[in-house]
Amino acid sequence: MSTAVADIHEVPAGSRVNYLNASYGIKSWLFTTDHKRIALLYLASITFMFFVGGTAAVLMRIHLIEPSGALVQPETYNKLFSIHGIVMVFFFLVPSIPATLGNFLVPLMIGARDLAFPKLNLLSWYVYMVGAIFTLYAVISGGVDTGWTFYAPFSSLYSQTHVIAAALGVFITGFSSILTGLNFIVTIHKMRAPGMTWFRLPLFIWAMYATSVIFILGTPVIAITIFLLGLERLLHVGIFDPAVGGDPILFQHLFWFYSHPAVYIMILPAMGVISEVVTCFSKKRIFGYSIVAFSSMAIAVISFLVWGHHMFVTGQSVYAGLIFSVLSFLVAIPSAIKVFNWTSTLYKGSISYEAPMLYALGFIGLFTMGGLTGLFLASLATDVHLNGTYFIVAHFHYIMVGGAVMGYLGGIHFWWPKITGRLYPDAWARFAALVVFVGFNLTFFPQFMLGYLGMPRRYAVYPEEFQVLNVMSSAGASILGIGYLIPLIYLIWSMRYGPVAGPNPWGARGLEWEVPSPPPTENFEDIPVVTEEAYNYTGARQTLG
Amino acid sequence: MADMAHTVPHSPALVHQFETKEQQHDAGSLGMWVFLATEIMFFGGVFMAYIVYRALHLEAFIQGSHFLDVTFGATNTAVLICSSLTMALAINAAQTGKSKSTIITFLILTMLLGAAFLFIKFTFEWTHDWTEGLVPGLHFTYNGPHAPGVQLFFCFYFFMTGLHALHMFIGLGILATLTVMAYRGRFNGEYYAPLEVSGLYWHFVDIVWIFLFPLLYLIGGRYGGGH
Amino acid sequence: MIGAGIAEVFVDAGARLLTSALAPIPLRPPAASTIAEGVDRLHFALTGITLFFTVIIFSTIFFFMIKYRRQSEDEIPPEIEKNVPLEILWTGIPTLICVVIFFWSASLYIRNARPPDASTEIFVVGKQWMWHLQHPEGVREINELHVPLGVPIKLTMTSEDVIHDFYIPAFRVKKDVLPGRYTSLWFQATKTGTYHVFCGQYCGADHAQMIGWVYVMEPSDYAAWLSGGASHESMAQAGERLFTQLGCATCHAGDNTGRGPSLIGLYGKPEKLRGGETRIVDEGLIRQAIIFPNSVILPNYPPVMPTFQGQINEEQVLQLIAYVKSLGTQERTGK
Repeated sequence: MSTAVADIHEVPAGSRVNYLNASYGIKSWLFTTDHKRIALLYLASITFMFFVGGTAAVLMRIHLIEPSGALVQPETYNKLFSIHGIVMVFFFLVPSIPATLGNFLVPLMIGARDLAFPKLNLLSWYVYMVGAIFTLYAVISGGVDTGWTFYAPFSSLYSQTHVIAAALGVFITGFSSILTGLNFIVTIHKMRAPGMTWFRLPLFIWAMYATSVIFILGTPVIAITIFLLGLERLLHVGIFDPAVGGDPILFQHLFWFYSHPAVYIMILPAMGVISEVVTCFSKKRIFGYSIVAFSSMAIAVISFLVWGHHMFVTGQSVYAGLIFSVLSFLVAIPSAIKVFNWTSTLYKGSISYEAPMLYALGFIGLFTMGGLTGLFLASLATDVHLNGTYFIVAHFHYIMVGGAVMGYLGGIHFWWPKITGRLYPDAWARFAALVVFVGFNLTFFPQFMLGYLGMPRRYAVYPEEFQVLNVMSSAGASILGIGYLIPLIYLIWSMRYGPVAGPNPWGARGLEWEVPSPPPTENFEDIPVVTEEAYNYTGARQTLG
Repeated sequence: MADMAHTVPHSPALVHQFETKEQQHDAGSLGMWVFLATEIMFFGGVFMAYIVYRALHLEAFIQGSHFLDVTFGATNTAVLICSSLTMALAINAAQTGKSKSTIITFLILTMLLGAAFLFIKFTFEWTHDWTEGLVPGLHFTYNGPHAPGVQLFFCFYFFMTGLHALHMFIGLGILATLTVMAYRGRFNGEYYAPLEVSGLYWHFVDIVWIFLFPLLYLIGGRYGGGH
Repeated sequence: MIGAGIAEVFVDAGARLLTSALAPIPLRPPAASTIAEGVDRLHFALTGITLFFTVIIFSTIFFFMIKYRRQSEDEIPPEIEKNVPLEILWTGIPTLICVVIFFWSASLYIRNARPPDASTEIFVVGKQWMWHLQHPEGVREINELHVPLGVPIKLTMTSEDVIHDFYIPAFRVKKDVLPGRYTSLWFQATKTGTYHVFCGQYCGADHAQMIGWVYVMEPSDYAAWLSGGASHESMAQAGERLFTQLGCATCHAGDNTGRGPSLIGLYGKPEKLRGGETRIVDEGLIRQAIIFPNSVILPNYPPVMPTFQGQINEEQVLQLIAYVKSLGTQERTGK
């Protein structure tokens, strides 16, 4: 298949030059242009931000054990859910897979030496960090209480918290996304190895491409939305103030025009991971390759047409509601197709249950449930009752946590040997995956019920009759938190003490598995020439180390 | 001025991630087009907000628009169109292997025209708006008919033209860099990618203005048309 | 210290959990309006579909995981890459389901969108962090809403400050309450009782305490409640008082001798404005005239009406509107 493979004999990591030991010292990391090192820089940053957002969540769930609030004052609770949302959405979920796994894998998977614009790649990380610093400053200096949605006129005229700092952080970090998306699009178009046609690309690349389209077209709109909001707050010029002719609903339109496609930024990469993992651990080609590829693109396109479903109860016209409802049902179809295709990939496969596979299989089931609960919200009559309640919270956590985060963890585990050259203890990993699965469902399933019963979201206190379900949810959250801490420990442990990994510990197909673990800085000694389709598991088995 | 550079064409090193110079050139071009797509969405977002408010407050926006000087606006439009021409001529000069002083001349002309645009905008238009008390949030003293809507109009006027001016400044910086590169003999018939790519950017900034001018200056029929 | 406190909270809650675990957790709030059962039916149909497909997917995965688990490292699975009829099937069936759900839901929604003509109107003003409600007869309530059983009720709502949302789970109705604009929802209660009202859009510090109760009463009890207590001037009467107090009567004289048009018979009719467009004179337009007079000048009238923004609150605006509405029953004379 490929014309040259670098040294594949298992030698102790460190005695062969790879991207990790090619140079030492903090400057070699902070001024690197190697996409693999930049991926690790991102990994460190977003892991940190994940635990910042997660801490807020833990505090919230402890607080909600009591109907009158167990932990903090309502003002503080409002800041906690705002910080949780802002940090998790903009600083964890949106960059997570693209900036870590995407940065690391895109050049490797297509047979290139780096992304098209390595310096822009490094710049994107610095931009992310500046944005993160502004937001963390807002958190530390007293918090922000607008919710991650920053609705006007509350955030522009009434909130007494550090709105501008937080909004500025989000604004700046948006440019990081734009640079990443731009880099990926150009790289995938122009730097595929000879023979790597579009329909031989791994589906992870299709997913990165579709995600990048959303990055490019959506992010600028949230940028100017936040900018207008900041301008209004700073200068009191009434852009969204009805008292001077402004329209707060316009803010919502502009905000959701990005923020709905943004949720597909969060899920498409995870879907890409699932395609890679499911094929590897069933040793089969993906079922319906081109359908899955086209579905990714369809999701990206249709995602821009549905934003109004967040605004069904704002007083919009019945006609607008009908149109957005139809389109919102439409966007569900490609996702459903993918679920069926992944499941069919398992049929007559040779299935093994390593941790990445457990995460992937959990994803498929949980995403099915999360996606189907989206239908309740696309449906106008039920959305009237459910909007603004815990049903919404449960729905999006099923997709973003049960879906995206599990896909992220599955991907981290899958490519960990490639990235670090080490294996982690799989028994612990499988155990953690199980803990996450159980904890997750216990946390969020009760919230569906709370929502239909009428408990609104963003409530610091609530009527007594909702307590049982809240306590169940909080219990689940404590389990889920443990489930997230366990990988943190053994993954870090494995970097030093884990067994050394060969180039292809899982027996996977793909160009990234044909280079050593960890790869050399230049990725390939000679650029490979691709002669076969993706996921060629059922062809002649090539023996690799 | 037959200053044909007979020195060996000095193309830049092929950077390590690319396999061929064609690939490098193509990637740069595509990168700029993708970047311009983001810019379209960036400006497009503001344009949409502006259009919504114009529909909601038509009379106020017409009132506000009448405070703007169409002469300056039209002059600036002509200035920018000429600058796009000189930019294209600069690229063409490189493409057809003209002397580096030809390239530099056109680049400098482009910069001068760009600077003229900014000069007219800041010294004549914005300063005038300030003295007239039409700057929302900082110095807005208009309280005639439709005052809130007029203030909204000027919010958008300053935001949109300010955003555009920011892009012009960045463009001037890029042009200055290109001039220095041209002075050092970097461009020739085979290598002119930075000029081409920057030309795309400059033309885009020009096109944004072509939309801004009628949207801001010409609503409500300024010359005897409908009210 | 904090650890002990948290532990104590857990234990306390756990005890409460156990005792209430004996009582079944309800699956839905009380169904107390004409639309509630219909919404519930749709909701539980969707629940069935969701659980059905989730179970199918999970059990298929589980089944495949066991049946096709790897027996040896050398086994090579068969090449099964695609099956177009299958793809069409599992594209078609979800599409069909979506189409059915969409039409079912849309028809429910459309039916619920427009209030019946004979609705009783009640007016709601939301502000941080309480609800002010006014009955046309003049009775005012704070965070409470008394309504008669079996009568369609239309709520016309606005906010004094930020975006709020009026949510009555038992009626399955919800609508955002916006500053600078009126929104409305309607319901018809089918069961007497007391039901939650929640603010459903985050609005700041005490969002979670911007809650209240709806009391659905037998019509006779409601009539008694309405007329009981101290006598109230109706909203229209209060509006008439304001109309004189604020000087409106000076320009808007009933006989068209003032500088402004007479408002008699104006409500509900289409009017052509100076800008050329024609609009129906409804609550929104009247409010606009009071707050932004220059945006609703009638032709042949000078644009000299002053704004009353900041001089009156939203409840008083509603009273003025009630007064203008009460004039609407008379024939229009004049220009």
